[in-house]
Amino acid sequence: MMPFDYHRPDSAAAACERGHGAPNSAFIAGGTNLLDLMKLGVMTPETVIDVSRLGLDGIEEQGEGLSIGATVPNADLADDPRVRARWPLLSRALLSGASGQLRNMATTAGNLLQRTRCPYFQDTDTPCNKREPGSGCSALGGEMRNHAIFGTSEHCVALHPSDMAVAMRALDAEVEICDPDGKTRCLDLDQFYREPGDTPHIETRLDPGDLVTAVRLPAPRGDRQVYRKVRDRASYAFALVSVAAVLRMQDGKIESAALAFGGVGTKPWRDLEVDLLLQGERPSDALFDKAGETLTQGAETHEGTAFKVPLVKRVLKAVLTEATQ
Amino acid sequence: MKTQLTVNRTRHEIEADPRVTLLDALRDHLGLTGSKKGCDHGQCGACTVIADGRRINACLSLLAQHDGSEIVTVEGLEGADGLSPLQRAFLDHDGMQCGYCTPGQLCSATAMLDEVRNGRASHVTEDLEAPVTLTRDEIMERMSGNLCRCACYSGIVAAIEEVAAE
Repeated sequence: MMPFDYHRPDSAAAACERGHGAPNSAFIAGGTNLLDLMKLGVMTPETVIDVSRLGLDGIEEQGEGLSIGATVPNADLADDPRVRARWPLLSRALLSGASGQLRNMATTAGNLLQRTRCPYFQDTDTPCNKREPGSGCSALGGEMRNHAIFGTSEHCVALHPSDMAVAMRALDAEVEICDPDGKTRCLDLDQFYREPGDTPHIETRLDPGDLVTAVRLPAPRGDRQVYRKVRDRASYAFALVSVAAVLRMQDGKIESAALAFGGVGTKPWRDLEVDLLLQGERPSDALFDKAGETLTQGAETHEGTAFKVPLVKRVLKAVLTEATQ
Repeated sequence: MKTQLTVNRTRHEIEADPRVTLLDALRDHLGLTGSKKGCDHGQCGACTVIADGRRINACLSLLAQHDGSEIVTVEGLEGADGLSPLQRAFLDHDGMQCGYCTPGQLCSATAMLDEVRNGRASHVTEDLEAPVTLTRDEIMERMSGNLCRCACYSGIVAAIEEVAAE
């Protein structure tokens, strides 16, 4: 690892101030992704700011919803009795990711902000526009498998690897951000994440010194929640494709549907056209096929990622079948 | 910088560069070489230790972040009566060949059984709100963060099954 200064501020405001004043800085909490990338030389912060002891590790009820502290470990969030009972989709997504050890360390905000597992991003010997802007994309024309088919650009096809964020996207979660001026703002996940475009190194709307302090989860919009993840191994692997569904049924019809997709997008993916197509309809194979067609009509595939189009259609159909039974 | 922590019930103060991981501190500063450096990237689980009651990958954790922590490594699993039930069961069931992953497997399994006792669900648990039954599938899923390149998985699972049934 490159040398760095380590700081442990005692308040969120002090952490923001420290981050704002040190341009090449990184916040650390669980450290599972940051230290991995620092050892590889992919991330080389000169200042590391420890935010693991700022008291951001609580889960509070907020109206009908929850406010989940930024440093709540993934394992504890999955285990929270309120989450298990009312947002089982979130528990399921969390439990499908990483290993028992990593879930004990990794935090809510760290999970949202984890970097892509594109092998070229992690290999400092190869060009990568995300790691080194303007150097080129090695995945385009290289080996592709764990890469995106939605939201890509000619500069980057890197996948957002999170399971948790996919569930949160379907659950309409909002990210609470504290800035160096002491102001708090909230962004939904669609606003929070940026598509790569010609600046793939800028992944979110966070400015220097901005600290994610919580994720706000509104009351669930449906009681039928399913998360299904397809991967190369039965456990401890990233998604090739995952589908998160939140549905409500009324008189045999789909009253509301919120679907989000992992393993396919440069950010946790959602397509409101698919949600609207299902709304008010009676479940049928034909309807679910149409949902898959609608979702994938704009897919940008390459030789290594073409399999994701039929795969995501089939997983979507299976999830919708299960959720509407 | 200085970090104070308790390892296997003994208090230590370590003066080290901020880059030192918990794993390197245990091995190189305290001489506790039971915890192994396999991949050094959180993929193999050979470095698993128990920090404040939770199993973690010591390779992906900075020593500085463990100021005040209580750490248990494989060297601290033994009780007053000798080997822990899991250590004994690993021997009885041939839960190892080369033994390199064993310290991590043992720490992981020890904390995993506590997670089960506390009702924590896993990816393969059918009902998120019902008590957990520790089936073979459950053990394999919960231990998936510990690789064994000699593939002694059948012995490892059998050992954990035996201790869980006690």
